[in-house]
Amino acid sequence: MGKRIIISLTLALFLYISLPFVMDFTPADKLAPLSEQYARDGVREVGAQNLVTAVIVTYRGLDTLGEIAVLFIATAGIGFILSRGNTTKGQKRESSRILQTGVRVLLPLILMFGVYIFINGHLTPGGGFQGGVVIATGILVFLLVHPRGKIHSLILQVLESISGFGYVFLGLLGIFLAGGFLDNSILPLGQAGQLFSAGAIPIIYSLIGLKVGSELVNIIKYLKQ
Amino acid sequence: MQLVTALGFILVIIGIWGMLTRKNMIKIVIGFSLIDTGIHIIMVSIGYIKGRTAPIINEAVDRTNAAMEIVDPIPSVLVLTAIVIGLAVTALMLVYVTRLYKHKNSLNIDDYGELKW
Amino acid sequence: MEFIIILVIAIIMIMAAILALYTDNLVTAIISAGVVSLLASVLYLLLSAPDVAMTEAAIGSGLTTVVFLYALNKIRNSGGEDG
Repeated sequence: MGKRIIISLTLALFLYISLPFVMDFTPADKLAPLSEQYARDGVREVGAQNLVTAVIVTYRGLDTLGEIAVLFIATAGIGFILSRGNTTKGQKRESSRILQTGVRVLLPLILMFGVYIFINGHLTPGGGFQGGVVIATGILVFLLVHPRGKIHSLILQVLESISGFGYVFLGLLGIFLAGGFLDNSILPLGQAGQLFSAGAIPIIYSLIGLKVGSELVNIIKYLKQ
Repeated sequence: MQLVTALGFILVIIGIWGMLTRKNMIKIVIGFSLIDTGIHIIMVSIGYIKGRTAPIINEAVDRTNAAMEIVDPIPSVLVLTAIVIGLAVTALMLVYVTRLYKHKNSLNIDDYGELKW
Repeated sequence: MEFIIILVIAIIMIMAAILALYTDNLVTAIISAGVVSLLASVLYLLLSAPDVAMTEAAIGSGLTTVVFLYALNKIRNSGGEDG
């Protein structure tokens, strides 16, 4: 009985804290000063049309590096804990003809769509994270239809390591050739709106997309066996 | 949009209640995932300005006056990072649950009482 | 008009969240959590944040549900029954 009282008190306390926030919340009617500066100078300085991409890759590039590190540590932890278990028993029945033919048609289309999303990250909504997750979903469909199929683990390791190393290498190149770490003017900025514009943003975002995609495929592979 | 902020807080409260009262370990992890979703909704709803459009500056938006026509882009950046990290932490928690089940064959959290004083 | 859409989405989301924590069947709970993420993705689109909507739709209602179901499969196959 005492536990129930404490739980009710905790929930009531949280409700009491959040109520003034919701009641007195007046929605803003103009942008915050920092966002106003990004909106005014973003396209001219960075060359990307998508402001969210410009902030993630250049203005706040170091935070993206930290996030990739967190994803890597989580994947390594999952692989470490699951490495000593035995493989799951359970029937591995082959799927029907319709599913197999459907995957054979859909898998190249899904992979191409994922690559399209992260190559056009600076022009349309999208970017590295979304494209990487779409690629991982495509390979997940393949693993669901062919339950005995294997993905070569050496290819995944090489892809992930080269993407991570390439990302840090491009960042260091920014120190020597341009303004600072992860500056994207090491390649010419070009004209905003074209595919080959915004300096090194397509290359950086493609590397991020490949790294996130291969890490998520790794997580699924560890959980499946 | 006060309704969306209130919805976010309600989801957080439902998640905390679920984590405190449920005994099944998988329900506790589901509650954690609900808390994450609620906090992301709160963060995105703070950056919304009524009547404006998405933060992408192409021919549809006047470039010289863009600060008057777009929504705040900074909460989107924070939430983008937070969603991916939330997935990684949820996967790690589920792997711990799997390992604990293999040790004692029970999903009830009352059976794991070795750390209680 | 927009207010009515957001109100309906909010009610369905709260009902799905409470269902996910109350039911006894674990598969029902996992799929209800996926429905909450899917409706949150629609809500992000109504708040003019298309990048966040794309990410939440792919990760929240795609990969999180699949990771939960794979873990449940591992638990069911290694012991014999779930507790």
